[in-house]
Amino acid sequence: MSEVLLEVRDLVKHFPVGAGFLGRSGGTVRAVDGVSFSLHRGETLGLVGESGCGKTTTGRCILQLEQPTSGQIVFEGTDLATHSEKQLRDLRRHMQVIFQDPYSSLNPRMTIGEILAEPIKVHRLVSGKAAREKRIEELLTQVGLLPQHAQRYPHQLSGGQRQRVGIARALAMEPSLIICDEPVSALDVSIQAQIINLLEELQSRLGLTYLFIAHDLSVVRHISDRVVVMYLGKIVEVADRQALYEAPVHPYTRALLSAVPIPDPKLEATRERTVLRGEIPSALTPPGGCVFHPRCPIAEARCSAEIPLLREIQPGHWGACHLA
Amino acid sequence: MAALLEVKNLRTTFQTSGGVVRAVDGVSWDIQEGETVALVGESGCGKSVSALSIMRLVAEPAGRIESGEILYKGRDLLKLSEEQMRGVRGREIGMIFQEPMTSLNPVLTIGRQLTEGLEIHMQMSPHDARARAVELLGMVGIPDPARRLAQYPHHFSGGMRQRMMIAMALACNPSLILADEPTTALDVTIQAQILELMKDLAQRLGVAMLIITHNLGVVARYADRVNVMYAGRIIEQASAAELYANPRHPYTLGLLRSVPRLDEPRRARLAPIEGQPPDLTRLPAGCAFSPRCSFRVERCAEAAPPLIAVDAAHTSACWECERLVKAEAA
Repeated sequence: MSEVLLEVRDLVKHFPVGAGFLGRSGGTVRAVDGVSFSLHRGETLGLVGESGCGKTTTGRCILQLEQPTSGQIVFEGTDLATHSEKQLRDLRRHMQVIFQDPYSSLNPRMTIGEILAEPIKVHRLVSGKAAREKRIEELLTQVGLLPQHAQRYPHQLSGGQRQRVGIARALAMEPSLIICDEPVSALDVSIQAQIINLLEELQSRLGLTYLFIAHDLSVVRHISDRVVVMYLGKIVEVADRQALYEAPVHPYTRALLSAVPIPDPKLEATRERTVLRGEIPSALTPPGGCVFHPRCPIAEARCSAEIPLLREIQPGHWGACHLA
Repeated sequence: MAALLEVKNLRTTFQTSGGVVRAVDGVSWDIQEGETVALVGESGCGKSVSALSIMRLVAEPAGRIESGEILYKGRDLLKLSEEQMRGVRGREIGMIFQEPMTSLNPVLTIGRQLTEGLEIHMQMSPHDARARAVELLGMVGIPDPARRLAQYPHHFSGGMRQRMMIAMALACNPSLILADEPTTALDVTIQAQILELMKDLAQRLGVAMLIITHNLGVVARYADRVNVMYAGRIIEQASAAELYANPRHPYTLGLLRSVPRLDEPRRARLAPIEGQPPDLTRLPAGCAFSPRCSFRVERCAEAAPPLIAVDAAHTSACWECERLVKAEAA
């Protein structure tokens, strides 16, 4: 396999909950609780889980938008924690992000051209107005927009077009890694496929590496080479796409897959489903032992006592379950 | 059997700065007693406005129900007085919205929000209403219902709030529930819980249901019949089984092909519908889907195709649907 571009080692991010009434501490949210994975150059790693599982916080820690409580993030061979703010700025140029809602992440008072020009100016990526305009035109064409879109404002574009602008803005920095945080979940079904195809095309053309954070398991299966499943701040399963979808080892992964309705009434009529009981516990007071045990259909006594470690069950297929 | 609800040529418009938007442009569909019918489509297709029109909750003065009939048990809801309409909402027809937090009152207890309707619509005493509220919360799977009555919506998780919305919708034994994207805001595993609950309750209580959604998987699992909407019109109607097996409109076909599916081998590339969703203030003269359609012919730009029968209980609004069938078979 190719070189490791990003390595996350034992990442922990705890949020203290606002000191309550009379200075009482509100406790700690264990948003990310000891997460490790690596990402190879040119690969797409899917990061799935439900709200509150820590997938977005993991992405934000990698981008250094959050200061990790502990753990290491090694990007292009350097530990980000050992860098000064100034050095970071340069490194960070190589990791960009695409957000879920392109509307709230684009400044409504700037034209698309101005939005794309800003990072180019700040990082002095090209010199001179003419070269900048040429670069903007190139970026717009690259994401399937027209040069004249540079004069438009975000509100004049459709949701899919705005997400294309979000992608162009990320590309402007010539990144090696793009963190895609739910990039298609706010878009209409017919537009989602357009954006996914675009992301794949750009990857093969520019050799990009993606961390693809999403909750839609069908989309993640389509785009990812490997998949990480998170639950309550912890990784419960990691595997190659095919192994994860065809032979999931963790009961949570199995339940997630069975919860996805399939657009085929005949199949749905006969399909057995595991509907999980209960709700996702609060990350403020995660259950002891295996965090999934209160909802797990196969939990045993030791699951509430011992924390299962992430172990290699098949070559390259890791699961954190005593019973796997 | 007469339909429980029959919508005929409904037309609802909105006055916007960009001109008049025909959000719902002459649609007709019906629901039989105890049946689950889906309105499917993407944002702006008119599916939510259809539901709001039935409840006569379209925001005036910008929004207006221009014409049509909404026959509920044979009575035209559009001809009722506001007073009479209040006896229909919540009593005869319940409603479940996408975002339970914004549709529950944050300063009233869960108990009060449930008992209010019971006292007003069913003339129950506060004591009886309370007992019924406990029963309802238990029915939708909220543990420890008696204690929960004193709590407020912010004490509830998203899934619990949606259960509470279902309890409210069911409170007065309605014959019909309109569910507008009832699980879109919920997590996958909670979504499955809520949908199973709705299906189970609808069957057990014999309530008819209109599910409004953009999720084709949800429709496949829960709906008996489906209406697909695009730019304010219905473009295809069929039973769920028929629609998925033999789509007869290029838009339906495109939607089904564009989503990656877990039950099929992974494809190298997805097949999206090209182009952008329609701008409702500037719709093309002919078929609204024609700018994005791969079956487009000259005629499509000139006149909008009517919804015609292509099979028993299957209609499609496409000039080229014969060609589509052949292309599908090939």
